[in-house]
Amino acid sequence: MKPGQREEISGAILDEESELTLGELCRACDIAAEEVLALVEEGVIEPRGRSRTRWRFSGICVRKVRRVYSLERDLGLNLAGAALALELLEEVERLQARLARLERERGRR
Amino acid sequence: MEYKDYYQILGLERDASQDEIKRAYRKLARKYHPDISKEAGAEDRFKEVGEAYEVLKDPEKRAAYDQLGSGYHAGQEFRPPPNWDEGFEFHGGGYTAADPEVFSDFFESLFGRGGFSHGFGGARQRHYHAHGENTYAKIAVDLEDSYHGGTRQIALKHSELGPDGRPQLKERKLNVKIPKGVTEGQQIRLAGQGEPGFGEGKPGDLYLEIAFNPHPLYSVEGTTVYLNLPVAPWEAALGAKVKVPTPEGAINLTIPADSGNGSRLRLKGRGIPAKTPGDMFVVLQVVAPPAGTEAEKEAYRAFSQAFTFDPRSGLGS
Repeated sequence: MKPGQREEISGAILDEESELTLGELCRACDIAAEEVLALVEEGVIEPRGRSRTRWRFSGICVRKVRRVYSLERDLGLNLAGAALALELLEEVERLQARLARLERERGRR
Repeated sequence: MEYKDYYQILGLERDASQDEIKRAYRKLARKYHPDISKEAGAEDRFKEVGEAYEVLKDPEKRAAYDQLGSGYHAGQEFRPPPNWDEGFEFHGGGYTAADPEVFSDFFESLFGRGGFSHGFGGARQRHYHAHGENTYAKIAVDLEDSYHGGTRQIALKHSELGPDGRPQLKERKLNVKIPKGVTEGQQIRLAGQGEPGFGEGKPGDLYLEIAFNPHPLYSVEGTTVYLNLPVAPWEAALGAKVKVPTPEGAINLTIPADSGNGSRLRLKGRGIPAKTPGDMFVVLQVVAPPAGTEAEKEAYRAFSQAFTFDPRSGLGS
């Protein structure tokens, strides 16, 4: 990449509806297939489709996997602990968004 | 370069025990972890804490750091004294999970970059596969960008080998198109914008995590957008047609008669235009006007005559 380059770059949104194969998810998260299996077993991510070759993961799995791994590595957690931490963090984020909205509603009265 | 007070960073006295150092680090790492804290600057604090622990957890590095003396204070201009590390042999007491690429110049001048001669085993095992690594960053956008699309500039820091063969921190600016319909927490994948590959290998991808800047009018949860709409008591009671802003532009909204405070009106499909578009809710806030003039007071008196209304009926006797 040349310095000073200023072209517009467009990307693809990874959302609930985008679909990744097992291999694509591994490459997106820089992890091995065995690690994805462990995450599926722990219930952190849920693939659609029965057999592993047909597994499809939604786009939001990429962020979940990355967060679980960085929590595990940086805080010395095991997989179950990191999975729990992620679930709680996601819940806190939902509640914070809701709280901000409700506080706004009350403030305007 | 600036002297760094690793004890101060961890909130410790210089005579802290190894156990205290570990406890302080663990606590601060949990507090400032970029996946946990939403505070601005949390990531920088997390890196700083990691660097401090990297030095203080290892008795050899700690002893070497300590003999620089306590005469410096944080932020002071610093040059390592010649032969400052004489008599010390660093065995690389195992690196922490901290990413050594982000350590400060101060750290590097003392301990070198990315480990010592005796192997650098712990932290970041670079996979020497051909593909470049994927990188991750956060980007703050406006709600309007999600409705109309938009372009944001983002500055990314990365390390590159300089002409002297040492890695240097470089900044790269990208103009990124924000696709229509993004929501908070989603990622945008920019193919080929990650770390360069090795040899013939392709570069990795860049993943940008979306956050919305706070909006003066709207609140957002997922794909649902909320607007608080102040209305007069008679508008709520009798119904009215009012002009209401939406991120797509103003619309005329019919407020049905018999609406109350907190009533929600759903504008189907006017939330975030994701593949499954969200809804927008207009939440009514009934505002009673103050009675200033005699005519206004008279109107309130007529009001109280006309109603048999006890706003406290729910409180019991």
